[in-house]
Amino acid sequence: MLALQNIGKTYPNGVRALDGVTLTVAPGEIVAIVGGSGCGKSTLLRAVSGLDRPTTGSVMLDGEPITAPHEKIGIVFQEPRLLPWLSVARNVGFGLEDRPKPERNTRVKAQLDRVGLTDKAGVWPRELSGGQAQRVAIARAFVVRPEVLLLDEPFSALDAFTRADLQDHLLDVWADQKPTLVIVTHDVDEALALADRVIVMRSRPGRLYEEIAIDLARPRDRQSAAFDFAKRRVLAALDRSLDRKVTGEVGETKTSAGAALWW
Amino acid sequence: MSSVGMSVEAKRVEAPTDPVRPRTTDASAGLRRFVIGLAIPVGLALAWEIAVRAGLSDGRLVPPPSRIWQQYEELWRTGELIRHVLATLARVAVGFVLGTAAGTLLGALAGYSSMTRRLIDPSLQGLRAVPSIAWIPLFILWLGIFETSKVALIAVGVFFPVYLGVMGAILSVDRKIVEVGRVFRLSGFAMVRRILLPAVLPTYVLSLRAGLGLGWMFVIAAEFMGASEGLGYLLIDGQQLGKPAEIVAAILAFAVLGKLTDALIAVVAAPFLRWEDAYGAREGES
Repeated sequence: MLALQNIGKTYPNGVRALDGVTLTVAPGEIVAIVGGSGCGKSTLLRAVSGLDRPTTGSVMLDGEPITAPHEKIGIVFQEPRLLPWLSVARNVGFGLEDRPKPERNTRVKAQLDRVGLTDKAGVWPRELSGGQAQRVAIARAFVVRPEVLLLDEPFSALDAFTRADLQDHLLDVWADQKPTLVIVTHDVDEALALADRVIVMRSRPGRLYEEIAIDLARPRDRQSAAFDFAKRRVLAALDRSLDRKVTGEVGETKTSAGAALWW
Repeated sequence: MSSVGMSVEAKRVEAPTDPVRPRTTDASAGLRRFVIGLAIPVGLALAWEIAVRAGLSDGRLVPPPSRIWQQYEELWRTGELIRHVLATLARVAVGFVLGTAAGTLLGALAGYSSMTRRLIDPSLQGLRAVPSIAWIPLFILWLGIFETSKVALIAVGVFFPVYLGVMGAILSVDRKIVEVGRVFRLSGFAMVRRILLPAVLPTYVLSLRAGLGLGWMFVIAAEFMGASEGLGYLLIDGQQLGKPAEIVAAILAFAVLGKLTDALIAVVAAPFLRWEDAYGAREGES
């Protein structure tokens, strides 16, 4: 169980990036955090990862406070951040250095199979496409079997086709170990394709604004009416979070919000 | 949905992204580059040789290649060539090792800790502004006229490029890559060994080569200040006895040694830098 209690972050220059964020995520749950740019969603993820310390509040994983990077928590960044001097296989095995070599090799190989890059094990990162490199980064994060995996806009630098493909890859790999996933994104489609719960943030200071449960079975059909309906709910919540003037279309969604229960 | 994505991806993977470069073309291109590079020096040498043979010049002040070759033969027969080359090589080697050690240590400290940098960098930058030849009189007073002062001067020459290279390389290591190390909870030492060291290696090799170049420059200055052996001594000797062939022979020996030692560093480093994805990284060292 991942529990965030009253997380706040104020930068030295006085900017309040986060304020009073409280959230619990169940084991194996996939939570997507969406919000306009600058709403503090990446700041939140970095606080959960232990890379940055929050100014107030605490992050607890299974009752243990997280104050520094933890072996049970992995993170995938927006960029692949592969080490250019290591082959793909050794990048994937980077977090397994302390394991005996045979075990390391088997686990790396299995993970590379899982992301469909078996034939790339021996090449340098520079020879990979953007999508391939991000798959290697995902494999590197999964191979150490984290309990919680944080993803910070992991596919935002990729083209739409590759992005959908990688979302499927991510769900495939997730299904093996069922870690908790917290994914930060500004892509509503991506949030809906992946998450059990979508949390909309609002900015200045960053707060959790609205939470939308997505009870769609996986694999999800992005063309289905239910998907589209959920998408409208998230978009409406996003609009409200940005204090935009509510448009007619969104108003319509709002009035039918109660009907969300029928599916 | 997933299976569709996979099959499309699989097809893409099969596309020949692997850069299998035909080796023969590579080798012949390298040879051609080599020949093109030789055209001017060889052409000029041949032209001068012919000019002297044809009596257009007596070649007394500018000796033709054949006379330089004779000079080499003579130096080789008497064992002088080996003696002078070894003396110079030994000075450069010791000075290079000392300068590199000091430059690496201080550069690493200054790059790693901003406190150390604030403390030592201004002083070192100040010292760097002093033309190193200016140290010669002081070094002679302090360290005597023999080997120590010569080696010290060479070490000073090697020190600065190495120091600057190491410090700059550490300062410019990508914070994002360091963060990967933090996510995997690398300790200070493991962070240095697994992240910082490989990241600074390309710049480090460059700074070693720059340092070595200066080492060769400074060995001449050092040997000018009174030596009984070494290629620099040979230069002075040739000047005083009016033997231009000896001077040219020594200059050529410097060129060959400098090039060889530089290539040695490049060759030793090459296996560690194969991953580099930079402009010109694929073009062979030559």
